[in-house]
Amino acid sequence: MADRVTIHIDGKAYQVKSGENLLQTCLSLGLDLPYFCWHPAMGSVGACRQCALVQYQNEEDQHGRIVMGCMTPVTDGAIFSLQGDKASEFRETIVESLMLNHPHDCPVCAEGGECHLQDMTVMTGHRDRHYRGLKNTHRNQYLGPLIHHEMNRCITCYRCTRFYRDYAGGTDLAAMAAHDHVYFGRHQEGVLENEFSGNLVEVCPTGVFTDKSLVNEYTRKWDLQSAPSVCTGCAVGCNTLPGERYGKLKRVHNRYNTEVNGYFICDRGRYGPSYVNLPERLDYAGLRQPDGLYNAIDQSQALQYLTEACQKGHVAGIGSPRASVESNFLLRTLVGADNFSSGFSNKEHDLVNLALSIQQQSHVLIPSVKQIETADAVLILGEDITNTAPRIALALRQTVRNKAYELGTEIGLEHWQDAAIRNLAQDQRSPLFIAAVADTRLDDVAQQILHMAPDDIALFADALACYIANEKLPDINENLISSVETIAKTLLQAKRPLIVSGTSCYNASVISATGKLIEKLNSENCEPMLSMIVPEANSLGQAMLTTRDAPTIDTLAALAIAGKINTLIVLENDLYRRCHSSSIDNMLEHIDNVIVIDYVDTATTSASSLVLPSATAIESEGTLISMEGRAQRHFPVFEPKAERLASWQWLLHCMKALGRAETEHIHYFDDVTRACAANISSLEHIVNAAPSHLYRNHGVKIPRQPHRYSGRTAMRANISVHEPKQPVDQESALAYTMEGLNQSQPGALLPYVWSPGWNSNQSLHKFQSEVSGPLKGGTAGVRLIKTDHQLLDSEPAIKSKKITPADGQWLLVPRHKIFGSDELSALSPAIAELAGHAYIEINPADAQSLNVNEGDGVFIGDDHTNDSHQLSLEVHINSNIAEGCAGFSFGFNDTLNLIPGEFVSLTKNPNWQRRQADTIATDGGGSNGGSYG
Amino acid sequence: MLNSLRSQLTTLWTILQHSFTKSETVEYPEQKPYLAPRYRGRIVLTKDPDGEERCVACNLCAVACPVDCIALQQGVKEDGRWYPQFFRINFSRCIMCGMCEEACPTNAIQLTPDFEMCEYDRQNMVYEKEHLQIEGTGKYHDYNFYRVSGLAIKGKDKGQAQNEAQPIDVKSLLP
Amino acid sequence: MEVVMAESGMSVFATIGFGLFILLAAVGGAAVLTWFERRLLGIWQDRYGPNRLGPFGILQVAADMLKLLTKHDWIPPFADRMVFIFAPTAIVVAMMMGFTVVPFSPDLYIIDLNIGLLFFLAMTSLAVYSVLLGGLASNNKYALLGGLRSAAQMISYEVFMGLSLMGVVMLTGSFSMRDIVEAQRDMWNCIPQFLGLYVFLIAGIAESHRLPFDLPEAEHELTAGFHTEYGGMKFAMLMLGEYLGLILISCMMVTLFFGGWLGPWLPPVVWFVIKVFIVICFFILLRAAIPRPRYDQLMTLGWKFMLPLTLVNLLGTGVIVLWMEG
Repeated sequence: MADRVTIHIDGKAYQVKSGENLLQTCLSLGLDLPYFCWHPAMGSVGACRQCALVQYQNEEDQHGRIVMGCMTPVTDGAIFSLQGDKASEFRETIVESLMLNHPHDCPVCAEGGECHLQDMTVMTGHRDRHYRGLKNTHRNQYLGPLIHHEMNRCITCYRCTRFYRDYAGGTDLAAMAAHDHVYFGRHQEGVLENEFSGNLVEVCPTGVFTDKSLVNEYTRKWDLQSAPSVCTGCAVGCNTLPGERYGKLKRVHNRYNTEVNGYFICDRGRYGPSYVNLPERLDYAGLRQPDGLYNAIDQSQALQYLTEACQKGHVAGIGSPRASVESNFLLRTLVGADNFSSGFSNKEHDLVNLALSIQQQSHVLIPSVKQIETADAVLILGEDITNTAPRIALALRQTVRNKAYELGTEIGLEHWQDAAIRNLAQDQRSPLFIAAVADTRLDDVAQQILHMAPDDIALFADALACYIANEKLPDINENLISSVETIAKTLLQAKRPLIVSGTSCYNASVISATGKLIEKLNSENCEPMLSMIVPEANSLGQAMLTTRDAPTIDTLAALAIAGKINTLIVLENDLYRRCHSSSIDNMLEHIDNVIVIDYVDTATTSASSLVLPSATAIESEGTLISMEGRAQRHFPVFEPKAERLASWQWLLHCMKALGRAETEHIHYFDDVTRACAANISSLEHIVNAAPSHLYRNHGVKIPRQPHRYSGRTAMRANISVHEPKQPVDQESALAYTMEGLNQSQPGALLPYVWSPGWNSNQSLHKFQSEVSGPLKGGTAGVRLIKTDHQLLDSEPAIKSKKITPADGQWLLVPRHKIFGSDELSALSPAIAELAGHAYIEINPADAQSLNVNEGDGVFIGDDHTNDSHQLSLEVHINSNIAEGCAGFSFGFNDTLNLIPGEFVSLTKNPNWQRRQADTIATDGGGSNGGSYG
Repeated sequence: MLNSLRSQLTTLWTILQHSFTKSETVEYPEQKPYLAPRYRGRIVLTKDPDGEERCVACNLCAVACPVDCIALQQGVKEDGRWYPQFFRINFSRCIMCGMCEEACPTNAIQLTPDFEMCEYDRQNMVYEKEHLQIEGTGKYHDYNFYRVSGLAIKGKDKGQAQNEAQPIDVKSLLP
Repeated sequence: MEVVMAESGMSVFATIGFGLFILLAAVGGAAVLTWFERRLLGIWQDRYGPNRLGPFGILQVAADMLKLLTKHDWIPPFADRMVFIFAPTAIVVAMMMGFTVVPFSPDLYIIDLNIGLLFFLAMTSLAVYSVLLGGLASNNKYALLGGLRSAAQMISYEVFMGLSLMGVVMLTGSFSMRDIVEAQRDMWNCIPQFLGLYVFLIAGIAESHRLPFDLPEAEHELTAGFHTEYGGMKFAMLMLGEYLGLILISCMMVTLFFGGWLGPWLPPVVWFVIKVFIVICFFILLRAAIPRPRYDQLMTLGWKFMLPLTLVNLLGTGVIVLWMEG
């Protein structure tokens, strides 16, 4: 099928890929053909009738017939007319009919200026409406804090429900009513449940679904200054396009990367970064006074203090898995490798390093997100992927459809014939098995779900490995033996089985067992893939930067208590999120100078003697290494305000002030990256993540602002009528202007998508080498993990045994939440609203033994002599959670001191005040927002 | 050569005749020229007949402005209207081309026949919303954007704009 | 030929006094001319010109002078300093020298050289140095182009400017200005020497680089040509030189072709002034009406048309003179 065929469009012959549909082919060829319902990731349903062409039987045929581009396969010798009168008139009429009920509210619509409907209306040439009747109107719904609903604008293309239900697996958004009353919404007002609902904003061709976070300070697309960025919400490393205006982050959109996020990102990535705008962010360096308050000092004073502190000797540094490779590298160089901790606790350190070494040493494919979608059998071990690496979960939902495509191929259906394939396959899916502590958001597409404690998951994986290798099975529960057989056989039959595991259940045995399983599987006749989920955006980078025996926070704490640390520099890390607060308190007490570089106010900054304000990933450049070992560069979208400096600049200035020889040849950010690549062999290739600052696109830089960017001579005029020179970006090939060329540059430098006639994000296909293919300038990022085809050094130790909880003791297991578990995104107001309160989750049987009901409170830990200090959490009863396990909402401020994997006692809190019904409960809650607008 | 000489001489004669024609110059400021209501001078923001701000902060004037001298930030009022949180025109850059007025979908921004706005300090040429906003409707007396279309706002529910049917009851099974 | 200075009727002191008076009058006249030209152009172009300051706007002259005097006397750092300063003075000096041979009336003149006409031609030729040096010293591409143009233009038109006057000399038999005027008692030279007048007129415009032959400064192409870098008083000197040139050429034209001070009823000096005034007005009319030619057109006109025409005139005049004598 990969061969090429010749088709004729408007008398011109084109060599095109066979098996595709005509619409996609036309777009790949660069021809402008209007469409609405088709989406490159979701295939064709032929609903909107917009992409009409005329097809002729043969050369003698003078009349032809109208066909829908998206539903017509390209066949050799086919003759089409795209520009012909018949087809154009048809398309114009279709737009006119779609516009019958569309309101005249573009000026007050947040889609205006990047509206696919506007573009297509102009493209078809429709201008005058002939319809004189009344326009339909609809009541809007409150859909939660993320999405704004304006149903009047709907043109019933069905893209929203196709994305929400068919692609993302949501259930609570549907098409309702009939004929011209069709309504897209929920059965009643309430928060959209799906974690990818934000994509509706980009999927909807008009303004039915718009960003709610934008509505109160909305900025049109043409006014946004943007730069290529990378999401720091989790380790997947989705590419994003944050947009800025008037010094504020206005929104985050998806940035296409064919290997990683494709067309979609999750809501954490889309709405999380609004923490950048928080008024509580640090603007000035602060020096702690004896009374505990901080005095604002200027950059040079702060730098002097920092330098002097470093000169005193005994300096240690704690890096951070949420800071860039370059910042961490500079800190490591400043304090010396022996005094540098990558910012993990002992446990995290072991887990992430184990995950990395298994990926490096097993000679299987570490798949990109796109490759994950090609697997034909999936086993998830211990992860609730939707909450730990959301974009992977969305990919897995596509993976399970491979069965459907297979069935389609058997009867000659192409992959893009979406409705037909769905009808054909119904509920038949590729096998997906989940072994997790409790229910996960992928349960609805799983073939088999097992709920076990983490150690049991490790044992189970071990059993699978043994079964595959025909070894003796370890001692596992007898009920599981049949599952072991089914899953092992399925994995063995699959051509590209995928094992997904990770660090989120805080159990090294799970990872080791995964390593063993993939090793055994690899010896069989298939190409297995291994995806290891790590906690944070640069966790893997930290593991690559440091060695396995590098100090952890705990080791440094021990050193500090021994009085061997005078100065501690903490880089973008809240230590209180890593270790128990008592041990951090103890450590910081023993250090004279605690210098914290961070952009948000954390418990650690509050305990510091000097705090330096830094720039977030959105305001600075840096390289992050994602869970698949992909180094990706992010660029500043706008210059950091006030006295903020990028962390790497603080550190570089300090090292220069100290006269360190290493920094002699470092002038630009690129030099830091190069030095890092030269010093750390596993990071050798990070320089290839993006072009250097010397790159020029046909002699000019790449503009961050679209050419229609408005208000240049007025936006600062209230301060001074004399316009300053535009800021100069010395560090990258991007410019803070609208001058330059945004065309055919490397994929890592694409700051926005726009093409003449295509103002919406649908203009993306003009930047792709072919529809859904890589960007014309190549895919952003570089893979660092080379599977070096060595066998594992040694059989990983699997130290697990069946857990048998003691009476009154529960095993603490982390329950990750897409909204709330991530430190930074949880600061964003909309995400905080969705995150809700911290809770503890137990099995009904355990609840009964504790004599608690849903919503009651329990004390955690033994010592409850002093009620005010005793941690007490709300109980959620979950029949799916493994017995003896107490899941707690991970990463919430209330639960930071709970250590996963520990056994704790639970006792009912008799004084617990039950919470009133939440104002934003999923259904029926909040009425504001729905009434107007 | 003779032809060109004759042409030169004719030119000289024609110009010489102008010694006796009246000067076209209008002696401003003693003599004020007639400025039509549509004259393109100082820009104002108008209000609709009900006394509400007409500007909905759609940004079209800003993007139409060839010298980029308009900057504004959209906001939403309690009653659901869009409005500019700030609206700034840098008149020291303005070329009075009227593109903003052409682009304005709500007739909010209008150019007036006042062009005498010299200042000794350029900073005084920066006009904020309170300097631009007038109380009246300007040239278009009856137009009210929200009565014609736009979002539902307080006092104008869904279905109450021009050519709008009453909101559909999704639960109804009637055709 | 031996240079002979004819005795004037005045004493040495009176001559010096008169010389100073002419100096001031010429400078003052040039200054007023800046205003007068603008008003006249205004009238012919259906507008007013400067009419705000004083009666009829005459104080505009004072205002302009004040402005030019108070302007920063700036010399570009990249210019050749000495030459840059010298250039504007050269033109004024050369033009002022030209005035020495102008006979304002039978008794009012500074000197009456027996080679008066040659002296005049020599002085106007010297003026080219000012423009050329100014253009070179500015070290600016527009100025350089202006200077080059000026050099080529002046040298070209110099040739037949001199030749065009030879007809007048032939008819008179003298280079002395007073003799030339006296020889016109019966008939002004403009009638027998019509071709000479025509050529001299055009060459005179080109020599004083007035519109339409102001190619050395040609605003459209060369910003301001040779004086692009000039400002303040140095600029004023260049302008002064140009207006002095205008007056001088007008004086010469009147002397050589329109009978100088000759005329009935009125005192001779009044006749002279009236005639000069009319010629100046004609020059301004030319500016108001005729567009600037292209540079190649200017050169073509000079070499291919004016030069043959002059030679024909010279030949014809010679024939007539010989015939009348014979």
